[in-house]
Amino acid sequence: MYDEADYIMLSALQHYLYCPRQCALIHLEQVWVENRYTAEGRVLHERSDSREVGRQRGIRAIRTLPLASARLGLSGQADVVEFHDDGSVFPVEYKRGRPKKNRCDEVQLCAQALCLEEMLALSIPSGALYYGEKRRRQPVIFNAELRKLTESTIARVHALLQGGTTPPADYCRKCDQCSLFSACLPKSCTTGRSVRKYLAAMLRGTDEKDAEHPLCNNAGSVPQ
Amino acid sequence: MRKMLNTLYVTTQGAYLNKEGETVVVNVERETRLRLPIHTLSSIVCFGQVSCSPFLLGHCAEHDVSISFMTGYGKFMARVTGPAAGNVLLRREQYRRADDLAASARLARLFVLGKVANCRTVMSRALRDHGPKIDAEGIERTVGKFGTLAQRLLREEGLDDIRGLEGRAANDYFGLFDHLIVAQKEDFVFAGRNRRPPLDRVNCLLSFLYSLLYHDVRSALESVGLDPAVGFLHRDRPGRMSLALDLMEEFRPVLADRLALSLVNLGQVKKNGFRISESGAVIMDDESRKTLLVEYQKRKQVEIEHPFLKEKIPIGMLPFAQAQLLSRHLRGDLDEYPPFIWR
Repeated sequence: MYDEADYIMLSALQHYLYCPRQCALIHLEQVWVENRYTAEGRVLHERSDSREVGRQRGIRAIRTLPLASARLGLSGQADVVEFHDDGSVFPVEYKRGRPKKNRCDEVQLCAQALCLEEMLALSIPSGALYYGEKRRRQPVIFNAELRKLTESTIARVHALLQGGTTPPADYCRKCDQCSLFSACLPKSCTTGRSVRKYLAAMLRGTDEKDAEHPLCNNAGSVPQ
Repeated sequence: MRKMLNTLYVTTQGAYLNKEGETVVVNVERETRLRLPIHTLSSIVCFGQVSCSPFLLGHCAEHDVSISFMTGYGKFMARVTGPAAGNVLLRREQYRRADDLAASARLARLFVLGKVANCRTVMSRALRDHGPKIDAEGIERTVGKFGTLAQRLLREEGLDDIRGLEGRAANDYFGLFDHLIVAQKEDFVFAGRNRRPPLDRVNCLLSFLYSLLYHDVRSALESVGLDPAVGFLHRDRPGRMSLALDLMEEFRPVLADRLALSLVNLGQVKKNGFRISESGAVIMDDESRKTLLVEYQKRKQVEIEHPFLKEKIPIGMLPFAQAQLLSRHLRGDLDEYPPFIWR
């Protein structure tokens, strides 16, 4: 059981699976930079407080429902949770864009289901992801494997945020699309980038690449 | 890099600012005078009797736009900022380093190194541009000396020694500064740095430019969540923004000194744009101040390639870029703080 003060946000799971450094920048360092994609996502999710949005064909849908799990130390909200007349509960998460290569959306949805299971004391076998670009619902089955992946991700996020250390950057192609690019500086803060090398090169008026200079390894001897 | 945004100054008495959707609306006597999209602004400064709706205050806080209220004479009264800027882990690390003299020295020498290297560039550029007109030999000698000094700073470990080197470099540099003035020489004589108050026109220009820089650096530090009052080279003193003074060192030559020189050398400011008061203090008139502000803004828009980030950014974003690099170093991403070195 977690203390409420140590709860992590549901969204942190998705950030972590995209990039652990992104997760640390947002949740540890409180960095947030809005770009087109985040603004679109915000507008998509910007609705009034939790309320019933409709009842049709034996389904009552509740929007922006607050969720939490003391066992997992998790809180956040679900986009839409459907309460069916047969007693079953079905979470639906809305996503701008299209299905992603990794399983972050499924993990986020599964985490919502785990919260709902704890709060409502029932079992939730499946939910759905709705992708704006495809305009289609994609069913997600909460099987043992996805539950295990979700719980282990939650544990890793707790460890990261409790440790307080931001992981080093590792520049790759997805960095170019990341809204935090300008705060993360993945090209400059990447492992192996050396300020000593930069300084030595700047002072000698050469480029860093050919900075084979005593200063790079050792501040001791400097040819004048 | 983050986009360079504007500051909205509201001086019309009785003006009322409110929010309409994503825009800031300025009303005077129930008439709309101006509409600006919020995402183009970094701050709003209200002078005198100017008021804002609570919804606008909230909206600005959410968008990281700070609102300052000043008296009609420009004295600071209050400021509204959002919760966004700030990370306690970063500030704690800043305080730990500032408490540790050895760690402070490791950072202090890099601020000084940036300053020395950039002063050297100011001198080399003057040499290149006006070689025949100036005391080339003396300047060349100092340029060489500054190169050696920069290398030496990389090895220096004691804070007092670093401050000593900084003081000597400043003396040498300002000792030569008069030679870098190549036009209006009788009217713009520089015989050493003085500040409280400035006793000649050149010092008057420098002091005003340094105060603009101080404000820019201070807000850059705040926007990345650093405490501008806790420095490494400059120690704590109530009311002083010591970290802002630290970070300013590397920018003084690039953003202020060189601009002061070109204002004089290109004849953009003139002798009679200054008034000498009874106490000997030199005061700029409104016209000169306006020229200076316009040129400062223009200079901030010039794009350069940042030598460490290898990215094109406007000069006005340099304080923010360096504040960001300093915070990344404090958070453990970089082995040292990379000062901005201008070549």
